[in-house]
Amino acid sequence: MGVGIQVENLNAWYGTTHTLQDINLHIPANHATALIGPSGCGKSTFVRCLNRMHETNPIARATGVIKMGDLDIYKDASPVEIRRRVGMVFQRPNPFPTMSIYDNVASGLKLNGFRNRRILDETVERSLKQAALWEEVKDDLKKKSGASLSGGQQQRMCIARALAVDPEVLLMDEPASALDPVSTSKIEDLIFQLKSQYTIVIVTHNMQQAARVAENTGFFLNGKMVEFDSTHKIFTNPRDKRTEDYITGRFG
Amino acid sequence: MTTEREPGSSMPLPSLAPTEFVGSSEPTVVSTEPSPIREFLSKRGSGRLADTSFAVVMLVCALSIFAIVLFIFFILISRSKLSLIAFGWKFFMRSAWDPVSGDFGALPFIVGTLETSFLALLMAVPLALGVAVFLTELCPRSLRAPISFLTELLAAIPSVVYGLWAVFVLVPIMREHLGPFFAKTLGWTGLFGGANFGVGLLTASIILAIMILPVISSLTRDIMTAVPNSQREGVLALGATRWEMIRTGVLRNSRIGIVGAIMLGLGRALGETMAVTMVIGNHAEIAKSLFAPGYTLASVIANEFSEATDNLYLSALIEIGLALFLVTIVVNAIARLMVWAVTRGAPARVA
Ligand SMILES: Nc1ncnc2c1ncn2[C@@H]1O[C@H](COP(=O)(O)OP(=O)(O)OP(=O)(O)O)[C@@H](O)[C@H]1O
Ligand SMILES: [Mg+2]
Repeated sequence: MGVGIQVENLNAWYGTTHTLQDINLHIPANHATALIGPSGCGKSTFVRCLNRMHETNPIARATGVIKMGDLDIYKDASPVEIRRRVGMVFQRPNPFPTMSIYDNVASGLKLNGFRNRRILDETVERSLKQAALWEEVKDDLKKKSGASLSGGQQQRMCIARALAVDPEVLLMDEPASALDPVSTSKIEDLIFQLKSQYTIVIVTHNMQQAARVAENTGFFLNGKMVEFDSTHKIFTNPRDKRTEDYITGRFG
Repeated sequence: MTTEREPGSSMPLPSLAPTEFVGSSEPTVVSTEPSPIREFLSKRGSGRLADTSFAVVMLVCALSIFAIVLFIFFILISRSKLSLIAFGWKFFMRSAWDPVSGDFGALPFIVGTLETSFLALLMAVPLALGVAVFLTELCPRSLRAPISFLTELLAAIPSVVYGLWAVFVLVPIMREHLGPFFAKTLGWTGLFGGANFGVGLLTASIILAIMILPVISSLTRDIMTAVPNSQREGVLALGATRWEMIRTGVLRNSRIGIVGAIMLGLGRALGETMAVTMVIGNHAEIAKSLFAPGYTLASVIANEFSEATDNLYLSALIEIGLALFLVTIVVNAIARLMVWAVTRGAPARVA
């Protein structure tokens, strides 16, 4: 089961640049939440704060409170524990090139010392099926390098890799930006199915995609969250003029 | 825009009349004058000559390596003919070294060379990897440059200076502190028995380790820096600890390069002459104890070449050179085999 996330007064910096300013929102459990906004507005930065990847950048800093259920992720747990529970799919696929497809998908479990062959096999198969990649790779799971797949296949493999550790929250930073329409719709179907078990946060530049998969949508602009509401409301009757301008394409 | 939709069903796209893109019916105006760019390009050659000559030049460069190796091999064989005839291939298996009666064999030198080099690797590799991991993954930025600079400085010190330092600093420490300590704690292995004069195989190995450390660590550091950050993030995002991330995301991706770095270090250790000659004790005997004096292939050539007056003696020394050449080749071949055996099961790296 997924878990909800409460963000309170989140501020983030790169060096002296104040990239995120006073972000407040609630991401409900077992729903998909879309984040939209123009390039450079801080969507990736926000998502990276949710699994504490932001702090891996030596010049980056963040303040505020992020709660996963009752757990304050910056106070009550180590980044490692958080990342085991909050999976992430990056904007660009990053397969591990020295590993086979199987090992790529199993890597999260293996590096945590998980050795049970049978469960590993099952998990790899399940995750690849969830990511709609199983049929394409099942015959050379252990023969082919993860980097030998096509870009779209790599991205689905990375999704499978994130799913294999069975996270409660799944962060997807433009998971479909490198994909063809067929893979994209497969991933959207996947998100639709996963919603019942995971809390999903998806960054997207594709308004229709947000509308298709997410119950709630947040609009970011210049490091601030301008509006957060049900997707229906955002797309049909936004409160803020800037939101309306952006979704209707009238924006600067 | 509406939002209540079934998954997978597509939103209406902004209407684009397909005819706008498919071949327009309007006649295109074709200018009769050739464009200057096309004209310029059409005047350029096919590039075939340039491509071919480039390929030939590169081939010559590559072949020159083969030529040099073959040439050295040929000279070594032809100059050691006397000794080759006198002792045959048994030369590499014999332990005698008696210039007075003209009885020669290379075994103690081969053993001494391999022993010191591998001990040196044993000490230097973990240390070098530690330095590289620290520099690329853990070190505060401000310390990175000074530490890198220091390690590289170590590589630039001439080996005779290492030798001097070893004679005046390492040998006494070995004699008075390290040696007795090893004898007490590890004496039961039998490797630390007998008299300890401070000079010997262990001292030579330590100085070798210090000398190859910077080579291995700076190469490893460069290789690890080249691992893209997306790999680190990919592993971290799965909930890896720092060490797990370094192991899976960094070391694993650079393992072939690291083996290459180790091989370069080993090559230096096998052939190192000056510093080793100054502290190894120069005694042609195979001993069990690491305190015992030994001899290496490179040191015996350096030490005795000027004394070798008769032809057989000279020819035997050149055959020692041949032995060093062969040892290097065999050791490298074994290392390649090991890399191959380790990476065989794994998929080939694509990118
Ligand atoms: N590693 C970094 N170092 C310094 N500044 C950064 C870094 N990453 C992002 N920024 C800055 O932070 C701001 C927000 O970047 P972010 O990546 O969060 O944008 P985004 O909304 O994800 O954009 P896109 O839609 O293009 O992915 C940008 O102005 C960017 O210049
Ligand atoms: Mg982004």
